[in-house]
Amino acid sequence: MEVGGGEKMNRREKAFGIVVTFSIMFLFWLLLSGFFDAFHLIIGGICSAIVALISHDLLVRGKGEKMVLKSFRLLLYIPWELWQIVLANFDVAYRVLHPKMPIDPLVIEFETSLRGDFALVTLANSITLTPGTITIFVEPEKGKFWVHALAKEHANAHLVDKTMQRKVADVFMEW
Amino acid sequence: MLLIDVIVTILLGAGMFFMFIGAIGLLRFPDFYTRLHATGKCDTLGEGLIIAGLIIYHLFHYPGIPLVAVKLLILFIFIFIANPTATHTIVKAAYNKGLKPWRLGEGRR
Repeated sequence: MEVGGGEKMNRREKAFGIVVTFSIMFLFWLLLSGFFDAFHLIIGGICSAIVALISHDLLVRGKGEKMVLKSFRLLLYIPWELWQIVLANFDVAYRVLHPKMPIDPLVIEFETSLRGDFALVTLANSITLTPGTITIFVEPEKGKFWVHALAKEHANAHLVDKTMQRKVADVFMEW
Repeated sequence: MLLIDVIVTILLGAGMFFMFIGAIGLLRFPDFYTRLHATGKCDTLGEGLIIAGLIIYHLFHYPGIPLVAVKLLILFIFIFIANPTATHTIVKAAYNKGLKPWRLGEGRR
């Protein structure tokens, strides 16, 4: 990268953020309104533009590098996540309906290689949705997670196997 | 047509089953954190299955207006993101307040 290109690069990032935000907002408008005549399209365009200009930095922050690739990888990750939710529900159903209620809750902590906001949120929400674990607390600087687990085997899934951490790290390429 | 209705009924029934499990878990589990395990997960899948049933029902009985199905899908995406986030926030608030997690052998709270 050439020296002194910072200002130019910054402007390009900003334009990129505005365009992406505008596209998503306008698509959302079309889906929710359901009217496709000129009046509603123009109103929607004006509103999307105002929202994009004011708050584009909330949705697309930073360089947005490899954003398309990451979004695509995230789409591939979601089916696996949905399957984990199904497993989690059968697990909870078994523990709820079992007469002796086989639970042994414990709090565990572990560090990950993740640093980005979106990656941390994805892993935190995935942990909450998968069998027997809830994220209590996240420390972004160290990528450290405190997790409440319903039983020992759930804790081991994060302490020993680390399947989910590896998958999320793959998605966001933050090994 | 009939097959679709059977599939929709199964999806709605399964969704209701998991919501019901969540409610039972809320009553049976011993403390705050374990109760949120039941509600946080079962609500997501239960509502997801119910919305999936509604989407299929709508697409086959009213194929002229697919936007309603899209809106239902957006609703599911919102629940999919908001439910674990809300669960996490509630747990974090309780943990910061100093509420100790229940350990095996203690009495119910």
